Amino acid sequence: MKAFISCKVLDFPGGKVVFSPEMRFLSESPSVYSQCYRVLDDNGQLISHNNFVPVSKEVAVKMYSNMVTLQTLDTIFYEAQRQGRISFYVTSIGEEAINIASAAALTSDDIVFPQYREPGVLLWRGFTLQEFANQCFGNKADYGKGRQMPIHYGSNKLNYFTVASTIATQIPHAVGAAYSLKMDKKDACAVTYFGDGGTSEGDFHAAMNFAAVTESPVIFICRNNGWAISTPTSDQFRSDGIAVRGQAYGVRSIRVDGNDALAMYSAVHSARHMAVNEHRPILIEAVTYRVGHHSTSDDSTKYRPANEIEWWRMARDPVTRFRKWIEINGWWGSEAESQLRSSIRSQIAERAEKPPVNDLFTDVYDNIPSNLREQEKLLKETINRHPKDYPADVPI
Amino acid sequence: MLTPFQYLLSGIYLTRYILYSRHELLLFEALQEGLEEEMERDLRVCVMGEDVGHYGGSYKVTKGLAKKFGDLRVLDTPIAENSFAGMGIGAAMTGLRPVVEGMNMGFLLLAFNQISNNCGMLHYTSGGQFTIPIVIRGPGGVGRQLGAEHSQRLESYFQSIPGIQMVACSTPYNAKGLMKAAIRSENPVILFEHVLLYNLKERIPDEDYICNLEEAEMVRPGEHVTILTYSRMRYHVMQAAKTLVNKGYDPEVIDIRSLKPFDLYTIGNSVKKTHRVLIVEECMRTGGIGASLIAAITENFNDYLDAPIMCLSSQDVPTPYAGTLEEVTVVQPAQIVTAVEQLCQ
Repeated sequence: MKAFISCKVLDFPGGKVVFSPEMRFLSESPSVYSQCYRVLDDNGQLISHNNFVPVSKEVAVKMYSNMVTLQTLDTIFYEAQRQGRISFYVTSIGEEAINIASAAALTSDDIVFPQYREPGVLLWRGFTLQEFANQCFGNKADYGKGRQMPIHYGSNKLNYFTVASTIATQIPHAVGAAYSLKMDKKDACAVTYFGDGGTSEGDFHAAMNFAAVTESPVIFICRNNGWAISTPTSDQFRSDGIAVRGQAYGVRSIRVDGNDALAMYSAVHSARHMAVNEHRPILIEAVTYRVGHHSTSDDSTKYRPANEIEWWRMARDPVTRFRKWIEINGWWGSEAESQLRSSIRSQIAERAEKPPVNDLFTDVYDNIPSNLREQEKLLKETINRHPKDYPADVPI
Repeated sequence: MLTPFQYLLSGIYLTRYILYSRHELLLFEALQEGLEEEMERDLRVCVMGEDVGHYGGSYKVTKGLAKKFGDLRVLDTPIAENSFAGMGIGAAMTGLRPVVEGMNMGFLLLAFNQISNNCGMLHYTSGGQFTIPIVIRGPGGVGRQLGAEHSQRLESYFQSIPGIQMVACSTPYNAKGLMKAAIRSENPVILFEHVLLYNLKERIPDEDYICNLEEAEMVRPGEHVTILTYSRMRYHVMQAAKTLVNKGYDPEVIDIRSLKPFDLYTIGNSVKKTHRVLIVEECMRTGGIGASLIAAITENFNDYLDAPIMCLSSQDVPTPYAGTLEEVTVVQPAQIVTAVEQLCQ
């Protein structure tokens, strides 16, 4: 009698699959939420048994100064918007550690694809306060030539891709750039930032999938700050945050305390090493809180309690937490603090020329085509004929 | 024994054959040849799309390329048009020159966000800091009973996007020339191919050539009426032209080729000569290329027209599957003949 050979494993196109007679559904949520990596406690003290990547005094002090500068920058421009001097602004309050620590862990060759809450990365790389102001005011010196809303910074020399208002469209761009870097065998990776809300867009899903399949050196940094304008994360997704999704796409991931500068630095540093040397994408979920409003067009007290905002602003401030650590190390003091704060405000001039009207027509294509030349001519004729109906300070 | 004249003639033909030697191929092969030549010439040129690699592409335009240039330069993408359009944009701004294939132009509706908001805009909004030298190509138009979703005319939707150029090929010669020119251009270019034209045969030159992206093509010079068309409709127009010539008409047929911007120089000269214009297109009546062309010609050459511009388009209906219904949704030669007769009364 022939023995019955029962089939326990089958070779599907995707790989070997083991069978089981027990019908069991995978749970929709884990029994324990995925852990969050942290190096400094709330008082800026090192937690024992940590394996963080050490930072030198120079880098630590630079990180702190940049975080303070970012805070000051945000205050100046937010006030300017409230006073009507610029039309719009977006703050990064509460996310200074994510901005600066991640930038510090990258090299200047790494190409950055931001969402819009990461000016700190530009700041770290050397964008001056004046350059930030030029873009916000849309004046003649703006690298974007006055074509974009405030905070849509971009700098090709600092490898920071111009901010677009569209959500999550930069994520596939980063994968394409990473693919290009891999083809050219460069010692660099692509890095992209997005919020918790951005992960709902189709572009996030497709880009993660592509990055895994094409084995591209790209770091996905999700700033899970709890809010997408007024939508809390409980209305945004039902997964345990973002890091768990990595496995669904075949992407290595980690959840990090986004308000812990050292943890952010370590995670991004290691991620970069893996991305560049192993040609793989990495997903980092930085858990934090959006202390400011979504933008100057928003009043977040309408949908969340004011005391919650205050608590995160004061008790969980990433800047003060990091300051405590560098003071413990003897690398910082109150004199250095006051010197730093007073030097920042003096760096911005305001009165500058507006961009000229013919910049409306350049850069749509590499050369101006005839139909645009005609439209430009028509516009200039109209302005010349009715000068009183057009602002006098705009050069033609 | 050949006469001296015959010797002379054969000498001329032989010289021409040597100087201007040609080879015969099908339109999809011409596209493939253009793409392959550019990939050889410039190592930054790469291809991305669904099934473009070892499968060679759904219409075989990328046949053999993966084998020759490797998987890295001919990338098989997952099914996410928004994403691989986005990937192409990111790769382009980092220095590559991607050629993104939409398996069918209609699928690129999913990539509209990336094409409009990023591809078309980023050179401008970045103040000229980043260029996007990408080519987006694929077959569109009404095929043979492919159903409504696979019979889209995307040129209608894309024509308004600032920052992109659009061209439509119609012969093996201009297919290869436009493919090469599009790849070499620094602007994002959308190259519209047609599902039913891939097997057209022609002898094309052996030597390297490109076609001007902004130029229209004079197909048949004439005196009585200017017929403007592009892509597959060119062939319906030429068929109608035969009938018209037999009836004593002399139509001038121009394949506009450049859908954005229009070659108003060539078109204008023709209008000034014939004073009558008929547009024959496959787009739907509302908001198609024809609609924009009427506006452009009326605005610029109104004084030269002896009659209102006529435009033959598909009806504003989704393309039906049934063969008989599908046939009447596309402009047929008989309609073109009737229109010219009406226009020339």
